[in-house]
Amino acid sequence: MKQPQIAIHSKTLANGLKVVVAPDTAAPVVTVGVYYKIGFRLEPQGRSGFAHLFEHMMFQGSANAPKMQHIKLINSSGGVLNGSTHYDVTNYYQAVPSNALQRVLWLEADRMRALKVDDENLKNQRDVVKEEVRVNVMNQPYGGFPWLDLPPVAFRNWANSHNFYGDFADLDAASLADVQTFFKTYYVPNNAVLLMLGDVKADEGFALAQKYFGDIPAGVSPPFADPSEPQQSEERRGHVEEKFGTLPAMAIGYRVPARRTTEWYAMTLLDLALHGGRAGRLHRELVLEKQVAVEADGGIDDIFGYNGPTQMVTRILHKPEYSSEATLAAFDEVIREVQRTGISEDELQQLKVKWRSDYYSTLEGGRGGYMPRYGLMHLLACFTLFDDAPQLVNTILDGFLSVTRDQIQAVAKKYLCPDNRAMVFRLPLNAGVKQAA
Amino acid sequence: MAPATKEILTGVPPLSSERTVSWPMRTTANLSNGLQIILAEAHSIPKFHGELVFRSGNAAALHRGPALAEMTATVVRTGTAQRNSRQIEEDLRRIGADLSSSAGQDTSAIGFAGLSEFAEPLLQIVDELARGATFPEPEFEREKRQKLEEVKLERTSPGFLANERLRSVLFGPHPYGKVSATEAEVTAYRREDLQAVYREFYTPQNALLLLVGDFDSQAMLKTAERVFGGWAGKKPESKHATAPAHPRGRTVYLVDVPGAVQTQILAGCHAITRKNPDWAKLALTNSLYGGAFNSRLVMNIREDKGYTYSPRSSINALREHGFFTVSAAVRNDVAGASLAEIFYELDKLRALPVPEVELSDAQNYQCGVFSMGLATQEGLLAQLATVALNDLPENYLETYRSRVRDITSADLLQSSRKYFDSPNMQIVMVGDRTHIESQAALFGEVHVYNAHGAMI
Repeated sequence: MKQPQIAIHSKTLANGLKVVVAPDTAAPVVTVGVYYKIGFRLEPQGRSGFAHLFEHMMFQGSANAPKMQHIKLINSSGGVLNGSTHYDVTNYYQAVPSNALQRVLWLEADRMRALKVDDENLKNQRDVVKEEVRVNVMNQPYGGFPWLDLPPVAFRNWANSHNFYGDFADLDAASLADVQTFFKTYYVPNNAVLLMLGDVKADEGFALAQKYFGDIPAGVSPPFADPSEPQQSEERRGHVEEKFGTLPAMAIGYRVPARRTTEWYAMTLLDLALHGGRAGRLHRELVLEKQVAVEADGGIDDIFGYNGPTQMVTRILHKPEYSSEATLAAFDEVIREVQRTGISEDELQQLKVKWRSDYYSTLEGGRGGYMPRYGLMHLLACFTLFDDAPQLVNTILDGFLSVTRDQIQAVAKKYLCPDNRAMVFRLPLNAGVKQAA
Repeated sequence: MAPATKEILTGVPPLSSERTVSWPMRTTANLSNGLQIILAEAHSIPKFHGELVFRSGNAAALHRGPALAEMTATVVRTGTAQRNSRQIEEDLRRIGADLSSSAGQDTSAIGFAGLSEFAEPLLQIVDELARGATFPEPEFEREKRQKLEEVKLERTSPGFLANERLRSVLFGPHPYGKVSATEAEVTAYRREDLQAVYREFYTPQNALLLLVGDFDSQAMLKTAERVFGGWAGKKPESKHATAPAHPRGRTVYLVDVPGAVQTQILAGCHAITRKNPDWAKLALTNSLYGGAFNSRLVMNIREDKGYTYSPRSSINALREHGFFTVSAAVRNDVAGASLAEIFYELDKLRALPVPEVELSDAQNYQCGVFSMGLATQEGLLAQLATVALNDLPENYLETYRSRVRDITSADLLQSSRKYFDSPNMQIVMVGDRTHIESQAALFGEVHVYNAHGAMI
C-alpha cells in the first residue's frame, strides 16, 4: 500500500497568524486561502445568517482595494476565487498562475488589515444574499433539506439550532456597525491561518507572509460562545411542509462522537457502511431491495471541517405509497441489523480500501474542478485551527485503517439509538400522501 | 508573457514572469478491434480516472424513445453474466472504486476512478459492463419505477423547466429539442429497446477509452489491451437530423409555477460547435459578457443592482449545434428590469469595441483558467475528452493560450454581432404568472405553459 506523504511547512508569525505552505511544483498554479475561525455556529444571537452575509462583505472593498477590485485583480491575473461560510470556519480562497502570488497575498492582507465598506454595499449584498436564499432554499424543491430543517429539531443550544442562512428580518436588521464589530472581533490575524499550496517554496512563502501580513496588529483573542449541547434523552421529531416536491421525505440524524476519538473513527466507517453510495446498506435495502425509497443517502457532512456538535444524517425521499412510519420501519430494520450482527471482516476490508481511496480524492479535489487543491487546503486549515496540527493530513488515515469490527458494532449500539436521534418529516403540501401518525 | 494589466490601484504588486505551462504527453493507440485509447500520466495521488465514451447518445436513440440512451446506461450497471447488481457494487467498493454510467445527447459513457494498485480489476468491471450487460428484468422494472418518480420530481425544479422550454423552442423537432421523457414515455420503455440501444452503441468501433492518472503509460496500455482486446462490434450507422430552424424575433415563454418566490430567467439563441474556428473568440466574448465573476453582466445585475445571486452566460456546444444562453434567478419585481439589463449589456457589446485593458484582462482570465484543468486528474481527463470527441487538432491544448492571446477587439465585436443574436433571443421565464406576466409582455409575445409542458 502506497500512502502519499505531503510536504507541509508551518509557522506562526509574531502577530499570531498561522502560515502553512505545501509546495508542489508540478503545475505553475498556486492556491492561496485564508481561513478565519468563525462560522455561522457562533454568529451573534439576533443576527442569524450574519456570518454568511459578512463573508459577502469581505468582497466589497478594503482600505486599498475598493469594491470589485479584489475580484477584478484575481480574474485578470488568470485566477478564480470564492469564499464560503461553514459551521466553525469561514474561508476565502483563490487559485492563480503562480506569477500572481504576491498580488493575491497583498489583496488578502489588505482586507485582513482593514475592511472598507459602506451602507450601499451592505444593502446591495443583503439583496444578493436574499436571492441566494431564494434560489437555494425557498424556490427549490426540498430546498434547505435537511441542513436547515434538522438543527432546530435536533439541538437546544441556539448556536447549533438557529437558521444559518438567516431569517430575512435578521438580515434586514444587520447594520454597518455590526459589520465592523464582527470584523474587529473575529477577523484578527491571531484567529486565522494563511495557506499557500502548489507552486511556491516554503522559504519564499514564509518570507512573503511576513512581508504582507507581518505588520497587521494582533487583536484581542476572540470570545467564543459555548457550543456544547445538553445531553439528549429522548427522540425528537419535527415536521416541515414541502411546497414544490412530489415525494414525501424524511431526515434522520444521530449525534456523533467527539472528533478524533476512537469512537469517531469507528463511527466514520460505520457511516460509510450505511451511506456509501449504491453499495451502502441503506441504499441497498431501501432503494434496491425493498424499493421503498427513491433516494437514501447522507452521512457526516464535511467530516474534517466542523468543530462542535454534529450529526450523521440520512436523507430519504420515498415513494408516496409508503407511509412515513413504514419507511422509518424499513430504515430501523437496517440499523437493528448492524447493531445485532455488526459487519463482516470482508465488509470491513472493503470499507477501509474505499475510505482510503476517497481520502486521496479529498486531498486532490477541487470543489468540482475549478479550484485546484481546495480539498488539501480545507484539511490543512481545519487541522491547524482546531488542532494546531496541520501534519494530521499525513497521519489521520491510520486512525481509520485501524478500526475493528467490534468498535463498529459498539458505536452502532451506543449511538444509533432513538434517544440520540432527531427526525424531520418533510411532506408535500398537495400530494395527498399518507402522513406520519 | 502576459500583457501588462493596467494598474488602477497604488501598491498592487505587478505580475512576475510567467512559468511555462506544459501539458503532459499523451500516449495513443488504436486496438485492432477499433477501440481508440488515449492515456496521460498525472501523479498527484495514487489513483487514476477513466472514461469509456461511446459516440452515440439520446439523440441517436430518439426514434426508439426519449432519453432512452440514459435509461440504457442506468440499467447497464445492474447485471452482467458474471456479476449481479449487488456484486458489482461490492466489488467496486472492494477496490476503492467509483463508477458512473450515463448518457447525454451525443454520447453514452462509463466513467470511473480507482486506486492505481487495482487498475486491472477495475478495467475488467468496465469491460464487463461494456460488453456483457444482461439487463435483468427485475432490475429494469425497478429502475423504470425509479425513473417515473424522477421525471415527476424534475418538473418541480425551475432550472429544469427553463432548460426544457428553451431547448424545445430553439430546436423544435430536432432531437436536441427533447431533454427528458414524460411519465407516459417512461411507462412505454421496453427492455428490448434498451438492449437494442446497447447492442448498437456499446461497441469498440464506437468507443474512446481515456485514462489519466498515476500509472506508467506503457504498462497501462498493455493492461488495457489485455482487458479490452477481445471485444468486438461495429460502428453504428450515423443519423443526421435536419438542421433546426433559427427562431426569428423575440418571443417570451412563461412557465407558470404558482407560488414561486423568484423568477428563473433563461434566454438563448443558436451559436456554434467546438469545431467552429470562431470558438475561442466566442468563448472569450462570453467570459467578458457573463462567464466570469468580474464580467459585465455580474457587475451590473448582481454587484450594482442586487437583482440576483447567480447570473451567468454560457456557450453550450452539442456535437452538431451550439447555443448561447444567459440565466439568472431574480427577484419577482425586477424580472423585467433584469431582462432590460441583460439585453443592454448584449447590445453594448454588439455596438462598441471592447477597451484594450478589458480585452487583455479577459485574455489573462481565459488562459489562466484553461490551465487549472492541469491540476487534477479529473480536470485533465475532461480536457482530453473535449479534444478527442470534437476531433480537434493534436496540439489544441498546447496552442489554445496563444490563440486566445491573438484575439483582437475587432474579433470580439464581430463575434458579438454574429453570435449574441439579441434581436432573435428567445426568452424563458419560470415563475408565478400573476407576478411576472405583465413584465414579460414588455419583451415580446407571451406564450404561457404549465409545469407539465402544456400551453395554457
